[in-house]
Amino acid sequence: MNYLTLIMAIPLVGAALIATLPQAKSLLAKQFALGTTLVAAVATILMTVKFERGNTDLQFVESYDWIKAFGIKYAVGVDGIALVLILMTALLTPIVVLAGWNESDNGRWSTKSFYILILVLQTMSFGVFAATDVFLFYVFFEAMLVPVYFLIGGYGSGERTAAAVKFLLYSLFGGLLMLASIIALYVLSGEQGGHTFNIAALSKLEMSSTTQNFLFLGFFIAFAIKAPLFPFHTWLPDAAKSATPGTSVLLLGVLDKVGTFGMIRYCLALFPEATKTFTPLIITLSVISIVYGAFLAIGAKDIKRLIAYTSISHFGFITLGIFAMTTQGHSGATLYMFNHGFSTAALFLVAGWMISRRGSSTIADFGGLQRVTPVMAWSFFIAGMSSLALPGLSSFVSEFLVLVGTFTRYPVAAVIATFGIVLAALYILIPVQRALHGPTTPGNENLADLNLREKIAIAPVIAVIVFLGFYPAPALNIINPAAAHVLSQIGFSDPAPTHGGK
Amino acid sequence: MSEFISPTLSYSLLSPILVVLAGAIIGVLIEAFASKSVRPIAQVSVTIGTLVLSLVQVWRIRNSGSTTAAMGSVIIDGPGVLLQGSILVIAIISVFLIADTENFAAAAAAIPGSPEERESIARGQQVTEVFPLTLFAVAGMLLFPIASDLITLFVALEVLSLPLYLMAGLSRRRRLLSQESALKYFLLGAFSSAFFLFGAAYLYGYSGSVTFAGIRAAVVGGTGNDVFLLIGIAFLSIGLLFKVGAVPFHAWSPDVYQGAPTPVTAFMAAATKVAAFGAMLRIYYTSFANAEWSWSPLLTGIAIITMVFGSLVAIAQRDVKRMLAYSSIAHAGFLLTGVIALNKAGLDASIYYLFAYGVATVGAFAVVTLVRDSAGEVTDLNRWAGLGKRSPWVATSFATFLLAFAGIPLTSGFIGKFSIFSAAYEGGSKSVVIAGVLSSAIAAFFYIRVIVLMFFSDPLEDATSVVIPSVLTRITVLFAVVVTIFLGVFPSPLLDFISNIAIFIR
Repeated sequence: MNYLTLIMAIPLVGAALIATLPQAKSLLAKQFALGTTLVAAVATILMTVKFERGNTDLQFVESYDWIKAFGIKYAVGVDGIALVLILMTALLTPIVVLAGWNESDNGRWSTKSFYILILVLQTMSFGVFAATDVFLFYVFFEAMLVPVYFLIGGYGSGERTAAAVKFLLYSLFGGLLMLASIIALYVLSGEQGGHTFNIAALSKLEMSSTTQNFLFLGFFIAFAIKAPLFPFHTWLPDAAKSATPGTSVLLLGVLDKVGTFGMIRYCLALFPEATKTFTPLIITLSVISIVYGAFLAIGAKDIKRLIAYTSISHFGFITLGIFAMTTQGHSGATLYMFNHGFSTAALFLVAGWMISRRGSSTIADFGGLQRVTPVMAWSFFIAGMSSLALPGLSSFVSEFLVLVGTFTRYPVAAVIATFGIVLAALYILIPVQRALHGPTTPGNENLADLNLREKIAIAPVIAVIVFLGFYPAPALNIINPAAAHVLSQIGFSDPAPTHGGK
Repeated sequence: MSEFISPTLSYSLLSPILVVLAGAIIGVLIEAFASKSVRPIAQVSVTIGTLVLSLVQVWRIRNSGSTTAAMGSVIIDGPGVLLQGSILVIAIISVFLIADTENFAAAAAAIPGSPEERESIARGQQVTEVFPLTLFAVAGMLLFPIASDLITLFVALEVLSLPLYLMAGLSRRRRLLSQESALKYFLLGAFSSAFFLFGAAYLYGYSGSVTFAGIRAAVVGGTGNDVFLLIGIAFLSIGLLFKVGAVPFHAWSPDVYQGAPTPVTAFMAAATKVAAFGAMLRIYYTSFANAEWSWSPLLTGIAIITMVFGSLVAIAQRDVKRMLAYSSIAHAGFLLTGVIALNKAGLDASIYYLFAYGVATVGAFAVVTLVRDSAGEVTDLNRWAGLGKRSPWVATSFATFLLAFAGIPLTSGFIGKFSIFSAAYEGGSKSVVIAGVLSSAIAAFFYIRVIVLMFFSDPLEDATSVVIPSVLTRITVLFAVVVTIFLGVFPSPLLDFISNIAIFIR
C-alpha cells in the first residue's frame, strides 16, 4: 500500500469535504477537520509500525513522471529522519485542531476556510518531508507558504498583516535563492547524463568547488531563514506573536523543521565538500543563535515572543548537532526536532489558553495562576521544564546527545552551547515564577481552569514528553540507522575516542 | 520587359490570416450597413466566429511545414503555428471582454465634451468599429511571427500597430487621457517603425537580401561589412524592443495601458507580446544566430535592466493598470532571457511562457473591468482595499493571476519562469538568471501588497462595487484561472506538444 500518497491525500479529501459544507455549520467543519487529522494520524502510525528500522534505504518509495520534459517526477520515500518528522506532523495536527477549537472565531474569514487552510498545510508538510525529487520538494516548500500566510494574516491577532507579509517575503526571498541553485543543478545534471531532480542522482554530480559553494549557499540561506538561524531570524517572533497559538505550533513545530531537515537532506547530501568548507561558519552561527536567542528570551515581555526566542535558541542546538558531523550529533539533532515539536506545542497551547482567558499576552499581567488554575499552571510548568531540558523529560535526551556529539569534534562550541542550558533555566524559570507563583495578581482571580477538551488536547503532548524522556529508544531506534547512514554517505566518521591517557 | 509571373500562394496554409482579414472586412460592412439594433450582436458573433474558424485552420496546418507558402515571404513551421494559436486564443478571450461595449466611446470621432458627443450619447448611439479593428490587428499579429523577409515583417508590424493606436483612444470615460495615450503610442510607434526600417535597410546593404535566409547566409559566410550588420541589428532590435516594451523603449507602455479602454489593454498587453516576441525569436534564432557575439551581450544588458527596472518601479505604483504595465515590463525582461538562451529549450520555454503569461494577463485585466463605482472603473489601488471581503471570488481570481505573475509554484507562471531561466542558464547566461531570480523577489513584493490590500485591509467607506460580470467576462476569467492553475499542476501535455513541434524551419 502506498502509505505516503495516502497520508498526503487524506487531508486534501477532508479539505474538499469541508469546502462543500454550508457556511453556517462551523461546528461541523471543526468536527470534520478533527476527524480527518485523526485518520491521517492513525494512517501515519500504521506506516511507522510497518517501517523497517534497520533498513537504511528509502522506504515506501513511489515514483511517477510528473513533468517529463524536465525530468521531474512525483517521487516520495522516507528514511528514519523523514519518518519521525512526518509522524510528529501527523500527531501534532489533531492536537492543534482540538486545542484551538475556537481559534478561528476572530478571523477575517469563515471557520471553514481556516480548517481548509490547516488541512492543505498538513498535506504540504507531509509532502515536503517525503519528497525525494528536488523539484517536488521545492514546489511543496514554496506552496506551503501560501496557507501559512493566510492563516497568520487572516486569523491572527495584533499586527497580523505586517507579520504575515514579513514572513512571506523572507521565505520567498530564500526560496528564490534556492530556485537559482536548483536551476543550476538541473543544468549540470543535463550536461552529465540527462536532466533529473532525483536526489541520489544529483548527489553524484561532478562540480567545481566554487560552483558547489555557491549552490550550497543558495540552499543553506533558504533553510537558515526557515529554521531560523541567526541572523535570519527576525521574522519569527513577529509571526509567532501574531499567529493564533495553533498556527504558531504548526509554524515553529513543523514548518521550521523543514529548514533543519532540508540541511540534512539537501545541503549535506548534495554538497558534501561545500558543507566542510562552511561548517566552521555555521557552527559559529549556531552558537550565536543559542546564546543570543536565550538572551532575547530572558528579556522578552510578551509570552509568545518569549517562546519564539526560545525556539531560536533551540534551533541553534539543532543546527549545531547537524554540522558537528557525528552520529550522536545527528541522532540528537533529529530527536531534538521531534521533541522540540512537542515541547513547543505544549508551551504555545497552554500559553494560548492563558492569553485567551486573561486577554493579554504580557507576562507581567499574570501572577499566582498556580492557585487559581492548577491544571493549567502545571501543564505550563511541565512544558517549560521540557523546554529547559530537565532530565527525565524528552528534550534532555536530545540536548545531551547534541552536546556530546559536538564535544568530540568542536569542544569550544560545545562548552559555549552548554551555557545555553543555564540561560534556558533563566528564561523559563523567570516567567514560571512571575506567572504561576506568588500572590494572585488583580485580574486573575476568576480565571477558569482547563476544561475537558483542553485537558484531552494537552494530555498526549505531555505523555510523549515524559515517555520519551524516560525511554527514548523507540524514537532513537528509528533515527540512529538513518543518521549513521547520512554521515557515511558523505564520508564522515566519528572521531576516535581519546581515552585521556593521563 | 520582363514577363509577369503570377505568384503561387498556398491558400490553405495562409488561411488563418485570410479568414481573419475576410472577417474584418465583413465587420466593416456590418458597421456601415447594419441597423443600430443588430450591430453589436452581429459584430460580436462575426468576430468570435472568425477567430474560432481561424484557430481551427491553425490546428489543421500544425504539422505542415513550408517555406514556400507565399513565394518565400512567410514560413509556416511549428513555432509559427504555436504562436498563431496562442494569439488566437488570447484574442478570443479578449474579444469576450471587448464585447462589453459599455467601455467604449459612443462616437469615437466626436471631440471629447463636444455637443456631437453629448448628442450621440443621448441618442444611445454606440459605434462598434472596435471589432473590425481588432480583427485587422489580429491579422497583423498572425503574420508577424511567420514573416520571413523584412518587408513582410514591416507590413505585418504596421498592420498590427495601426488598429491598436486607434483602439487605445476609444475609451468612453476619461477620454482625454485615452486620446493622449493613443497619440503617444502612435508617435512613439511611428518613431520605432522608422528605426526598424532604417535597420532593415542596413541589413539589406549588408547581405544584399531582405529574406531571413539571405541574411543568415551572409552572416554565416561572413563576407559582408560587419559595421552594416551591427547597425542593422541594433536598429531592427530597437523597433522590436519597442513593441515588447523593453527598457529603455518602454516609456509608452504605462500611459497607454492606463489610458486605453481596459479590454483593449488586455488584448494589447497579451497578444502584442506574443506576436512581437514570436518575430524576435524567429529573427534572432535563425538570421542572427551566428552573429551571437554581436547582440547577445547587449541584449543581456537590456534584459537585466528591463526586469530590474520594471520590478522596482512597479512598487511605487498606486494605479492597478500602471502596476500591471510595469509588471509587464518586468516580464518582457524575463522573456528576453528566452531569446538570449538561443537553444531549443529557450524556444520551447518562451512559447510556453508567452501563452501562460498572455492568458493570465487577459484574466487580470478582465478583473480590472469588473471593479467599478458610479464613474466607471476604479483603478486606484487604495480603493481595492477589502475587495476580498465583498467579492471573494473576484479577489481570489485576481490573487491567482498575481501569484502566477510572481511565479509561485502550482501556477503556470512558476513553470514558465523555471523553464525560461533554466534554458538561459543552459545557454550560458548565468548573470541574467541571477538578475531574474532577484527581480522576481522584488516583484513578489508588490504582487503580495495587492493581495494584502484585497484580503487583509478593511473596505473604505466610499462604495467601490464589483459589477455582476457578463457571461462572456465570466467565461474569460474562469478560463484564465483554470488555464493558470492547470498549466501549473499539469504542464506536461502542453510542454510536450510544444517541444515536439517547435522547430524553426530555416
